[in-house]
Amino acid sequence: MANFDTWVLFLLIVLPLAGAVVLMAVPGHRKEEIRWTAAVIAAVTMALSFYVFAAYDHGAGGFQFERTWGWLSIPGPWALGDRGIELSLGIDGISAPMIMLTGIVMFTGVLISRSISDRPKEFFVLYFMLLSGVFGVFSSLDLFFLFFFYELSVLPMYLLVGVWGSSSDFKTFIRTKDYAAMKLMLYLVAGSVLIWIALLAIFTEAGLGTFNIPALADAELSRNFQLIFFPFLMVGFGILAGLWPFHTWSPDGHVAAPTAVSMVHAGVLMKLGAYGIIRVGLFLLPEGAEEWMPVLLGLGTVNVLYGAISAMGQRDLKYVIGYSSVSHMGFVLMGIATLNPLGMSGAVLQMFSHGVMTALFFAVVGIIYDRTHTRDIGVLRGLAKHMGWTASLFVIAGLASLGMPGMSGFVAELLVFMGLFQTYPILGALGVIGAAITAVYMLRLLSTVFFGESDDEHWAKLLDRRFEKAPDGWRIERASSLVLVGFILLVGLFPFPFIRVIDSGVTDILAAMARSL
Amino acid sequence: MNNFALLLPEILVAVVGFGVLTVDFFLPASKKHLLAYLAVLGLGGVLAFTLLYMWGDVDSLYGGMIRVDGYALFFKAFFIILGGFLILSSVDYVRRHLSHAGEYYGIIVFTVVAMMMMASAAELLTAYIALELLSFGLYVLVAYDRYNPKSNEAGVKYIILGAMSSAILLYGISQVYGLLGTTSFNEIATALSSLDTVSPGLLVGIAMIVAGLAFKVAAVPFHMWAPDAYEGAPTPITAHLAVGSKAAAFALMLRLFSEALMPIVQEWQILLLVLAAMTMTVGNLLALVQTNVKRLLAYSSIGHVGYLLMGVAALAGINERGDVDVSVSHLVSNGIMFHLVAYGVTNLAAFLSISTLYREVGREDVSGLAGAARRSPLVAMIFAVSLFSLAGLPIFAGFTSKFYLFNAVAAQGLLWVVGLAIFMSLVSLYYYLRLVRQMYMEEPTDNEPIRVAPVTLVTLMVLLGGMVVIGVYPAPLMEAIQHASDAIFGTGLVAQTAIGP
Repeated sequence: MANFDTWVLFLLIVLPLAGAVVLMAVPGHRKEEIRWTAAVIAAVTMALSFYVFAAYDHGAGGFQFERTWGWLSIPGPWALGDRGIELSLGIDGISAPMIMLTGIVMFTGVLISRSISDRPKEFFVLYFMLLSGVFGVFSSLDLFFLFFFYELSVLPMYLLVGVWGSSSDFKTFIRTKDYAAMKLMLYLVAGSVLIWIALLAIFTEAGLGTFNIPALADAELSRNFQLIFFPFLMVGFGILAGLWPFHTWSPDGHVAAPTAVSMVHAGVLMKLGAYGIIRVGLFLLPEGAEEWMPVLLGLGTVNVLYGAISAMGQRDLKYVIGYSSVSHMGFVLMGIATLNPLGMSGAVLQMFSHGVMTALFFAVVGIIYDRTHTRDIGVLRGLAKHMGWTASLFVIAGLASLGMPGMSGFVAELLVFMGLFQTYPILGALGVIGAAITAVYMLRLLSTVFFGESDDEHWAKLLDRRFEKAPDGWRIERASSLVLVGFILLVGLFPFPFIRVIDSGVTDILAAMARSL
Repeated sequence: MNNFALLLPEILVAVVGFGVLTVDFFLPASKKHLLAYLAVLGLGGVLAFTLLYMWGDVDSLYGGMIRVDGYALFFKAFFIILGGFLILSSVDYVRRHLSHAGEYYGIIVFTVVAMMMMASAAELLTAYIALELLSFGLYVLVAYDRYNPKSNEAGVKYIILGAMSSAILLYGISQVYGLLGTTSFNEIATALSSLDTVSPGLLVGIAMIVAGLAFKVAAVPFHMWAPDAYEGAPTPITAHLAVGSKAAAFALMLRLFSEALMPIVQEWQILLLVLAAMTMTVGNLLALVQTNVKRLLAYSSIGHVGYLLMGVAALAGINERGDVDVSVSHLVSNGIMFHLVAYGVTNLAAFLSISTLYREVGREDVSGLAGAARRSPLVAMIFAVSLFSLAGLPIFAGFTSKFYLFNAVAAQGLLWVVGLAIFMSLVSLYYYLRLVRQMYMEEPTDNEPIRVAPVTLVTLMVLLGGMVVIGVYPAPLMEAIQHASDAIFGTGLVAQTAIGP
């Protein structure tokens, strides 16, 4: 197996790309075959991602499954000679759960995309490109390739949102999908502008002639340099993580995107940002990070409160979820900013938990939207009577999101709060208030949209005739949602297998930071 | 002793050109497209011959006026391939829109000779003559669609402004010759390194040479001709203007600045940096408001010239003691050549897609692309890929080459201008996405599928392959580029010029 282990990360990146190539060869009108091929590719990829997580040795810690291929030389007077750009892969305890999360969301996203009937081939090709990029970011140990895959995961978003997305039209509030797609793309690339500048600065300043992250972590970068360039990384990656005040692309983007893309987007893509702050920011610029963390903490707190309050005022069901994502990513940022083991483990677990939970949210909203063609919470009423399954799924996601014990959100947020109260009790209290507001809007949604008064006449008007046979979700949609529910409960009831892996990664990073300070 | 065998590649390409013109007499009008294949075959033969026989030759001719080395070889091969692709992408266009196919292909082949000479020129006047040969070919080709007023207008503008810039260039050359007594690159370098101070007259001369070359590559503020010429010229010739003539001018510039002007880098570096910063800013900002696709790509290519000029400006650094520092020059020249190749492949694909997607000449409005993805999924996809590549997104050539070039310039210590360039890439993304949006998100006005000629299809697929391969596996290309850089930086020449004033 040792040999397989050195290939498995490469396979994870290449499999979706290879899948995209295979799909290109299938004729576009054979939609059923396309869906099945996509499902098989996603299933295999998910299995690989489970294997990676299970086989990660948390006792040993550090980077595992490592493998390096030389890629491009960079001649020059460098300290380490011409190592150049290398495709260097490896994962630690922080990336391992993220890889598994990506696998889960990818597979469920493919299953839920059954309802895509316009050009499904192109859809899946772009979708797989996106996921290949995501796997790449989580497993790259070379800055160039981290950036390469980061951009690769941004590129397909424009078309995915713009072509297959949906517009919001509330007469007084119009957001077309073109608008959302363009906004999303420009925000994300603006983030990568900052990241790119910081990467080049780090490469030049270190003067090692390599982009290898562990090697660069050993380079001694001056304090001033770190202070100047850490904000570039913090804001650059922060934009993708929904950092306030650069979050506005994210609700618009989530809402306009088609279901599967919203799932990936909120579930996985936003985590790339938080992951980048940890992997590149904390790892390479520890002194800068130390100084800037109070700022990140403050912004994270604003995220939590602002996201929660905005969510209360939304009429579009998907916007509610979109703003709740902004709010929940705030917990991740706050957890990272504590720089203590509890808070950071909580942040990483929250990344996983929020990924699964939001994916479930968007899957459910997608099912509802397919059948009723509206997401207006003034129009949707008492869905539980007609869509029992869907309502229960939403209840589970909602309870996880407001931090009900026994669900994943509880464990993660608890850890974050424990970390926060160790160092910043006041901000911790504000965070708890944010979590409480979540309960307000979630319970309000449940009480009207799902358990409100309902009459059959209203429902008959709402339901699209084509779905008369399956008003409550196809079997395949229910099954894929159940996978997500399973993980919410698993993390909530047995968090230990997750926490011990995450902890090994967090301990390593904090130890490395302590060494260089 | 002159070894004329060293000139064989140029001579053979010229023979191919005359061959095409001659065969033209004996072909009936319906078979003229065969001339294109004849020219491509001929160029292919010369390419194979050049790579086999000239590999590793380092020599010079006519007392150093023409140099044959790895650098020249790299560009010669590149230009021959480029010429081949230009001809292949013209086949369908010429058949549909132009007459006198024989002369058209013949002139393209002659411009290839000129470009090859520019890469070999090691002396100012030789360089000038090669440049003029290229320009004259292009003057004719730009105006080739002679019943189209726009093409005529473009031709007139191009020739008048081109002649003026040639005059400026010549005046600069005469100034340098008057003050240094030589036009040979090596001797200029020797003369410059023995100077105590650089006289204003010499600076004026160098500034004029820079201005003349800046006109050829359409750098701001010498870019006024470009949008009109790009819009009016037949689309394959627009591709030639954007790729071929620019690459040749940069081949010349790279040699000029590294072999001749390196000793006084502190004098010209800031000049070129300002030029580069202006070029990338103005080019990208003006592209935002264009409604004609060819004009839009003209401004986008001006933006790219800004990035490349930034590279030329970063060819050498100045260390703490005020001496010329060439420790990362190699990396920078690699970056310039890499970006030239990537940009070339990408732009060829973009222009070929345009000439396929638009059936009517002269009305290449952005809105005409509406729904192209439904009318011709494959061509729309390739056009979108080339736009993403131009914007610098992976997995395509543009991302890798931009990253490499920007990294090289940053390593030279010019992070501020790199920051500007990266920001301008973001700006450029907006107008590229506008085109993608038209193709994928708008509904077509007529649903008739677009017919794609087989030769166009094959050429497009090869270019697509090129964009992807350069993007994900650039190592073999980089090896060739290294070899070329070695020729201008790896020899004793650097040590000699690096002494500095």
